[in-house]
Amino acid sequence: MIKIAQLSCGTEYSSVQYEIEKAARSVGAKVVYPDVSYADVNEAVRRFGFSPRSPQLRLMIARAARLADEKYDADAVFITTCFRCAEAALVRNELRRFIQENTKLPVVTYSFTERLKAAQLLTRMEALVTIVTRKDVLARERQAGLTAGIDSGSSTTKALIMENNKIIGKDWTSSGDVVQSATSVLENAMKEAGVEFKQIEAMGVTGYGRFTLGKHFGAKLVQEELTVNSKGAVWLAERQHGEATILDIGGMDNKAITVRDGVPDNFTMGGICAGASGRFLEMTSKRLKIEIEDLGRLADKGNWRNAKMNSYCSVFGIQDLVTTLGEGKSFEDVAAAACHSVAEQVYEQQLQEIDVRHPIIQVGGTSLISGLVTAVGEVLGERPIVPPNSQYIGAVGGALLSSGFL
Amino acid sequence: MKIFISPPNSLILFDLVERFGHEPLGAMAAIQERIDNIELDMPPMNVTLDDVIGGLKYAGVEVPSGIRGRLSLWGPLIDTADAAIIVEDPPFSFGCVGCERSDEMVKYMLHRRGIPVISVKYPENSEEAKAAVGRIKEFLEGLK
Repeated sequence: MIKIAQLSCGTEYSSVQYEIEKAARSVGAKVVYPDVSYADVNEAVRRFGFSPRSPQLRLMIARAARLADEKYDADAVFITTCFRCAEAALVRNELRRFIQENTKLPVVTYSFTERLKAAQLLTRMEALVTIVTRKDVLARERQAGLTAGIDSGSSTTKALIMENNKIIGKDWTSSGDVVQSATSVLENAMKEAGVEFKQIEAMGVTGYGRFTLGKHFGAKLVQEELTVNSKGAVWLAERQHGEATILDIGGMDNKAITVRDGVPDNFTMGGICAGASGRFLEMTSKRLKIEIEDLGRLADKGNWRNAKMNSYCSVFGIQDLVTTLGEGKSFEDVAAAACHSVAEQVYEQQLQEIDVRHPIIQVGGTSLISGLVTAVGEVLGERPIVPPNSQYIGAVGGALLSSGFL
Repeated sequence: MKIFISPPNSLILFDLVERFGHEPLGAMAAIQERIDNIELDMPPMNVTLDDVIGGLKYAGVEVPSGIRGRLSLWGPLIDTADAAIIVEDPPFSFGCVGCERSDEMVKYMLHRRGIPVISVKYPENSEEAKAAVGRIKEFLEGLK
């Protein structure tokens, strides 16, 4: 059984410890707590160099030191503290860095509220387990045979057919019924590829509908989107070796993943506010009565500084937008401001939790909105790489990784 | 009389209060009640979502859930306490609630209630320990 070491503060008093353990159990893992002696704590804090006042944070540091010194056996690390606690946020992030510098263990950080449910942690826990247990699958760099990948996302469903390391068919649609949407895009992708379902040797499915689709199609690979998307992104960007950061601003949540040779070693997955996701850009384009495909081009012609939108919330963000339009600002400036607002929030809320590595590869449907890519580039000081077919990362990853089962 | 102890999970303080004929109010009782009477299955502290929401009585929603969860346990005890003993800066082995901010809030709530409170510095040696126990004894006897 995979052992996930929990370094935490406040979980037992927030009614969430049970949910954390439930999430781990549901992906075949077990939460463990590195044991430390009383004498270890002060020594570990001295060595770490940051001395928090809260004893539980000091205990977290001592537990991390046990992992760093290989005195406690674990396969992955989950670092979690209360949302809105400044002292804990500092320790959480620095401990994540400490673990990465001193171990090879995959690590994920999370700040919880009392409303945390196991389902919210499922993808993160599953990704930790995948990284540990499927190293051989994740090491695959070339697709072989004839395989299909389906990405059942919150906003769109994508299907893609690959043969001998080439994309030969693809399609996407807005997500409706999980099976119907997937069947429709798969049929269109197969039609473009000129193949029939019975010829497909393996299939990989990912995204929110992966379990349903996995059963329906008898997929050989049913895997969370963090690891699958990473593989798809580095394959599309031809960056299978070395380091990179993959940024996927999705319809419902955002993922920022650091990879080394195509394998993720740290990730954040945010979904606190729609104001920092692709959904906000959808709302903006509806208000501007334009297609979302045109929003990016419009934004590229505008200047966000002329129409500031500073809201963290999509509802208030739209209020800002209405006010700005009422003031007579141009659609171009408003579109640019909306893109800048999303990019800034992704930076503030998520990219602070990982050490950004270069290059930055921006993927997912929102990477087709050029104004958003421009805004991300401005905020990060480096224009991201957007590979061709960047919206198909999950489907490419599914087709690529499933060929490992042939 | 009902005496709130801080740290609330200090076994030594709990014992001292009982020895001098008072009823100690601490973590053990609050958690035991959840195990025995409500039969909650949320180990290790049996704090539930309703408890954390109940903690809003003592701290606003912007306060981290871990603090509100703690205050939902200690708060009702503080509300009913007749007096309190606070040991300042103890090591974890003496008793600890894990969170500095919760600890500060508990002390503030005790002082705000205006009940008799004694603050004793954690002793560093046996002489100081004898003196600290002596002060606590005197305080508890004085309450009778």
